[in-house]
Amino acid sequence: MKKILWIFLGLVGINLVSTQLKADIDVYQFSGEDNRQLYLDLTKQLRCPKCQNQDIADSNAPIASDMRREVHRLVEAGQTKDEIVAFMVERFGEFVSYKPKVIPATYMLWFGPWILVICGVTLVYVLARKRRTGMNNQNSQLAGKELSEQQRQQLDRLMTRYSSDLSPEKNEHRDD
Amino acid sequence: MNQRWVFLTPLIMALGLGLILFTAIGKDPTKLETARLNDPVPTFDLPSLADETRRFSEQDLKGEVSLLNVWATWCPSCRAEHGYLEALARKGVRIIGLNYKDERAEALKWLDVLGNPYQFNIYDPRGKLGFDLGVYGAPETYVVDSQGVVRYRHVGVVNEKIWHGTLEPLMKQLSAPNDFITENRDHALGKGMVTQ
Repeated sequence: MKKILWIFLGLVGINLVSTQLKADIDVYQFSGEDNRQLYLDLTKQLRCPKCQNQDIADSNAPIASDMRREVHRLVEAGQTKDEIVAFMVERFGEFVSYKPKVIPATYMLWFGPWILVICGVTLVYVLARKRRTGMNNQNSQLAGKELSEQQRQQLDRLMTRYSSDLSPEKNEHRDD
Repeated sequence: MNQRWVFLTPLIMALGLGLILFTAIGKDPTKLETARLNDPVPTFDLPSLADETRRFSEQDLKGEVSLLNVWATWCPSCRAEHGYLEALARKGVRIIGLNYKDERAEALKWLDVLGNPYQFNIYDPRGKLGFDLGVYGAPETYVVDSQGVVRYRHVGVVNEKIWHGTLEPLMKQLSAPNDFITENRDHALGKGMVTQ
């Protein structure tokens, strides 16, 4: 019983510590649920320029914290998502958005994968087609070849020999 | 024919991939494009580091081609480049400091001990101008022309190689009084052409 009590106290302690840690991450007040949601969306869509491949919600670099502060300020000032992304892009470049605009510099990014998929599908199609027509060609090559008289006689001999081998009577004998 | 394709496809794909990767060799992915390139330095109104009562604005950057150096006492690389900045200042290069997210007392002590290569220092404790410029880590050094327009940004330590290879030629070109050069400068410094 005592043991259980200790475990319980331990768990409560861990919870206290973890909430303490959480409190160290910046805390922002929002005037409405919409604003809070917009803030969360934006901090996930904006990329930290310092610790690349982390969004600013995830990064604890000083610049990411500055950016979160600005996002909060702009959200509360009533700016739209596009306006805030444009604000960040103006300062840190197209890099800062995980959803960059479709401009010549980002064509590769937006269309590259689709071009690769189209290339792949085309390649598979061409190869499959080639293989099929190749087989047809082989068949037609064989079909075009006539047997000579000698070959025909040889074929007949073989046919009679093997068909007599497989004749029902012989099979019956074998079964006996 | 089929057989040849079986061999050629992976080869072509490998070559293509190799080509793409090859173009990225030597590029530092931690260096970003300069969003403010060929744009005027953002407007600001910040105090002087040395004199609280004195204030600076973007107008104070105009008039002469200069280096705008973003530094802070918490930044080890800033200490590394400090000596070289002093050498440049002795050569007559106009260097303006942007003291970024720093403590005034600490920063003044730093200049006392290590020397002061700056014509003047803008004190930006909250990193406001830094943010508007797109500073994402000190040190950063901007080449600002006489009209107060950002012409180049270098992220990292300024050293002999960067100075002789990039900053000095650019500053010389920007300082040339020739109208012809001024006219063609905008063309040559198109956003796509000058990158780090």
